[in-house]
Amino acid sequence: MNTEGKIWKFGSDIDTDAIIPARYLSQSDPKELAKHAMEDERPDFIKGVKEGDILVAGKNFGCGSSREHAPIALKAAGVSCIIAKSFARIFYRNGLNLGLPLLESSEASEVIQDGDQVRVNLDTGEITNLTQDKKFSAKPIPAFMQELIADGGLIPHLQKKRVKKK
Amino acid sequence: MSPMTITEKILAVHAGKKQVSPGDLLDVRIDFALGNDVTAPLAVKAFQEIGAKKVFHRDRVALVLDHFTPAKDILSAEQCKVLRDFAKTYHLTHFYEGGEAGVEHTLLPEKGLVLPGEVVIGADSHTCTYGAVGAFSTGVGSTDLAAAMTTGKLWFKVPETLRLVYYGKLNPWVSGKDLILFTIGDIGVDGALYQAMEFCGEAIKTLPMSSRFTMANMVIEAGGKNGIFEPDDVTLKYVKPRAKRPYRIYRSDPEAHYAVEREYDVSTINPQVALPHIPSNVKDVRKVGKIEIDQVVIGSCTNGHLDDLRVAAKVLKGKKIAPFVRLIVIPPTPVIYRQAMKEGLFEIFLSAGAVISPPTCGPCLGGYMGILAAGERALATTNRNFRGRMGHIESEVYLSNPAVAAASAVKGRICHPEEVIKRI
Repeated sequence: MNTEGKIWKFGSDIDTDAIIPARYLSQSDPKELAKHAMEDERPDFIKGVKEGDILVAGKNFGCGSSREHAPIALKAAGVSCIIAKSFARIFYRNGLNLGLPLLESSEASEVIQDGDQVRVNLDTGEITNLTQDKKFSAKPIPAFMQELIADGGLIPHLQKKRVKKK
Repeated sequence: MSPMTITEKILAVHAGKKQVSPGDLLDVRIDFALGNDVTAPLAVKAFQEIGAKKVFHRDRVALVLDHFTPAKDILSAEQCKVLRDFAKTYHLTHFYEGGEAGVEHTLLPEKGLVLPGEVVIGADSHTCTYGAVGAFSTGVGSTDLAAAMTTGKLWFKVPETLRLVYYGKLNPWVSGKDLILFTIGDIGVDGALYQAMEFCGEAIKTLPMSSRFTMANMVIEAGGKNGIFEPDDVTLKYVKPRAKRPYRIYRSDPEAHYAVEREYDVSTINPQVALPHIPSNVKDVRKVGKIEIDQVVIGSCTNGHLDDLRVAAKVLKGKKIAPFVRLIVIPPTPVIYRQAMKEGLFEIFLSAGAVISPPTCGPCLGGYMGILAAGERALATTNRNFRGRMGHIESEVYLSNPAVAAASAVKGRICHPEEVIKRI
């Protein structure tokens, strides 16, 4: 599976309060959450993000709270993939559970610039920077996780398993 | 068989294996699962989407309404209603709201619902708190909570363990909060990413449960998967009279393998303060300079224990807080609330000019009950000081132990407790 989009670049230790502030957690509607994604961190993000766009960040992306509202907000805003040096572990689980692909690559995180056009092969972890004409390889997503993502996340995956059981 | 750490042993037993190593992916049996009014409504939705007919065990799931409760607005009230209806439909034994509710991570250990040797998951990042009683305990998202509520199981990768050894004698006014802030300052906010943090050493043995809960609570602030203390006499004295189920004690093998070992001489550690906007930005309280504050918050799952309220009261006794400073004290559970009242702590807080809140997570995450305006500065005994965490994006949060927080409320600026009271 491939995804392609414009890059929105962020720094290191982007916390879940920055991704979606707690003042919006009185509800959990993806569309409502998406309206406020990264609102305090980068106000131009939500105005400009388009379906398929890709986030690039430094280390420890999504640290802090376990709020699944954070990956939900980004996914609903149109983000198709996040590339970072590393992810905070709860955010990593949450993203994959929602079927939002997360790739770790230090090189890509450093070299890719804001506004670049990038294509990602989610099966192989190959990242192609179309603007700079450069390729990077991310650590591949574990096989059973790829199965989860292909099913659309943990819930559709469990539904599928239940159907099979019956 | 190779030697294992306490974390590895607990995960192995819960996956039906004799031996596990870091990196192994396991299907793990869950002893207890937790959700709150912010995270659990999403889990309920996912639970319904899975098509589940019942929860895996009605005594092993807790829903605690603590974040935006008593409901702060209509939307929050709706979220609470979703959980109340769910608890009724699935006959949950452990549904807590109103006068029965408390800050979840103080409430569950107090009720004896999270025990040594268990695997506990919660849709809240501070679920790691229960490592203080010797459980493997970690935070997950709402979807994971839904899966755990349905199947009673969850996959986990066995983490590497970071062994942290503390030795020496604690300085006056230093508690678990200072040790964990110092440690986070040392290893960084991703210093234990994906790892277990095992706390040991002679100084740890002298810590009361309150300090151990505080330390385990903040391992997530170093990126840790879980924090854990081997149960000892102090643990058992706390757990035994409370435990609602039988439990097992695990200990690390002497030859167990650790990814990293670090040692800290606690006699060199003074009260610590984390400066904005990241918990690793830590300094000795005497080195922060003149930082004037508008608000002080004492409470939360990190530092709302009875010991914490007692030390705050000791500092505040017979004193008034500085003009134009707000002090908010939040006893985290009904039991602690009542006990603090009986001991006369409320009298001290009220005389000092504090407002006493019902149990809630409220201000810690900028929910309600003490939100900051632009340009305001708070000192809190909570766990996170991210930009805008307690309110306006241009407000600031500093973190400290309760004694420093109380003394600073009196002075109107961040200070060492010794500036306000001679002796502990």
